[in-house]
Amino acid sequence: MSDTTQERAGPVVGDPVIEVRDLEVSFSGRTSLLGGLMKKKAAVATAVDGVDLTLHEGEVLALAGESGCGKTTTARAIMGLIRPNGGQISFRGKPLGRKLQSYRRVVQMVFQDPTASLNPRQTIYESVAEGLRIHKIHEGPNGEGEEELVARALSRAGLRPPERFYLLYPHELSGGQRQRVVIAGALVLDPRVIVADEPVSNLDASVRGEILQLLLGLRDSLQLSILIVTHDLGLAWTVADRVAVMYLGRIVEIGPAEEVLLRPRHPYTKALLDVVPEAGGIDRPILQGEPPDPTRVPRGCRFHPRCPVVASGEAATLGIDGKCRGEDLGLEELSPGHLAACYEASLRRGPVTPLLPEPSASETPRQVDP
Amino acid sequence: MSVLSVGDLHVTYRTKGGDVPAVRGVSFDIDKGHVLGLAGESGCGKSTIAGAILRLHSPKTKIEGNVIIDGQDVLSLKPGRLRAVRWTGASIIFQGALHALNPVRRVGDQIVEAITVHKLAGEREARVRTAELLEEVGLPARRIDDYPHELSGGQKQRVMIAMALACNPSLVIADEPTTALDVMVQAQVLQLLKSLQRELGLAMLFITHDLSVLVEVADRIAIMYAGQIIEEGPAEHVFHDPAHPYTKALAGAFPAIGDARFRGKPAGLGGDPPDPQHVPSGCPFHPRCPEAIAVCPTLDVELWTAGEDRRAACVHVSGAPVLSESRE
Repeated sequence: MSDTTQERAGPVVGDPVIEVRDLEVSFSGRTSLLGGLMKKKAAVATAVDGVDLTLHEGEVLALAGESGCGKTTTARAIMGLIRPNGGQISFRGKPLGRKLQSYRRVVQMVFQDPTASLNPRQTIYESVAEGLRIHKIHEGPNGEGEEELVARALSRAGLRPPERFYLLYPHELSGGQRQRVVIAGALVLDPRVIVADEPVSNLDASVRGEILQLLLGLRDSLQLSILIVTHDLGLAWTVADRVAVMYLGRIVEIGPAEEVLLRPRHPYTKALLDVVPEAGGIDRPILQGEPPDPTRVPRGCRFHPRCPVVASGEAATLGIDGKCRGEDLGLEELSPGHLAACYEASLRRGPVTPLLPEPSASETPRQVDP
Repeated sequence: MSVLSVGDLHVTYRTKGGDVPAVRGVSFDIDKGHVLGLAGESGCGKSTIAGAILRLHSPKTKIEGNVIIDGQDVLSLKPGRLRAVRWTGASIIFQGALHALNPVRRVGDQIVEAITVHKLAGEREARVRTAELLEEVGLPARRIDDYPHELSGGQKQRVMIAMALACNPSLVIADEPTTALDVMVQAQVLQLLKSLQRELGLAMLFITHDLSVLVEVADRIAIMYAGQIIEEGPAEHVFHDPAHPYTKALAGAFPAIGDARFRGKPAGLGGDPPDPQHVPSGCPFHPRCPEAIAVCPTLDVELWTAGEDRRAACVHVSGAPVLSESRE
């Protein structure tokens, strides 16, 4: 498993804000009435299984993967919205206890659908002020009143002049403006961390850029840390300092965005990058099969049933086939700050050229430790 | 001859709040074996066009212009003839396979019905054909007796594709066929659609908000804004070298990974898509346009030549009339 020093290499300079260690979340499924009577056990879905993640000050970290890979569950556990079955989450070095109220103030969430996030019967002012009232904040650090705090949050979120929006209702705003109101609602509490779950995927394409610009601007002006959950690697390329790719409840690759997206090491990351549309790309080979079932986690490397390295026989040639199919594995650092959980990638530790099509002769494969 | 020819199409919804002109003069042709991609944001009128081609709108909706499928003017057809054109002349694949399939009927029966209703085959023959169709779209033939809930999202969309092909149409309209699907499954379904389209020589109208998808499947791309086509040309050129400022912004929302221009710099446009009831004067894009000049709010734009085999409705393209007062 990785440790903090390894993850911190790369472009990131700030101190860790949130540290997640060995996070585990599982959901038990429902049985049918008949199954219940017959004492059948409900299948347990392992949504997150041993995730380590560190978010640094002023960092934008993208958590990517297919639906069902556990990325949203990880984000919700970090928010304290789901109680994990195991592992630990710390904020500035202190493990979270049972009381989360002050933590919930400094870690704010922005959801995918701004229309669903806002109460349609509340004015924009009420929506933004609600957080202050819940946290019983009557004045800001410099004695500002509620209205001043709301006005500042709205204008920081790009809704200027703020007074113009106070008495409007969500239906009177466009999708992009609504997402700005949601962001203002987060900013009013002066958070240190924003967890954004697919923050632009419900917005029109031309509006997305502005919301992303806003988030990046807040990172720069307020030194916020941002965790973005996304299925879109193009978005990760645009905004993220580091990218973590999840598959079936585990992080399978993590590192600086340039490393992970231009020099991917894990076959699953490569497969995800292969399906990013490009001209003339329609005939390329793509990974077949559906997203895996989290109630039936395969033995060995979780990706092996779909892995092209295993299927092509390359793994057998390399002599790692048995390990791929039978031995579970963790992340290993392959180049500074760039970690992947793949036996084949571990054989090719060290620097590689971007999107290497095949192993070059200059590289000498090294034996991995048993 | 084109399989589909749309000429000066206007579609106006009649609502309590007044008339909403959703499509305002759109023309295009699609030849056999060709794919036209129609892209734009929500509310630009792209799905309204799909509905107008097969006359799926309520009778209250005002439709003007020409829609010719295989030589037949769809807008003047009698209901009986129209029913024959639907599914046999042109079929449609909708976005939500979840909602388009009947949840209480076996998927095979739903395809068989499409074939028998059009009297293309008897019950038994239609079943054989259905099994073949399912295999063609990459599903095992035994899935014929499954109910929709027994299939995954991607499999349901494959069933929808099989159904769309059941009556051998010459035109397939795909309205956001992969939008609700996961990235990997989306790529699989796109690949399937494209290979079937090539194999069967289909004409296809592919509607999506995702411009990057079109660069893979479409031969030509038309970009819509406020009910009109504002740029049109070969897919790759429109995506990689857009002429219209709006297309530039749209293409910027789908950055190429590795392109240093987008790293840390999300491209975006100010403002929001216009309300179809209050479309701005002149060029409808001018209030949001970063390249707007003095003449734009009053200039009636049309698709002018914008390089070889390309057209765009922008005063800055080479084919736009030279306006002395605008070149200050």
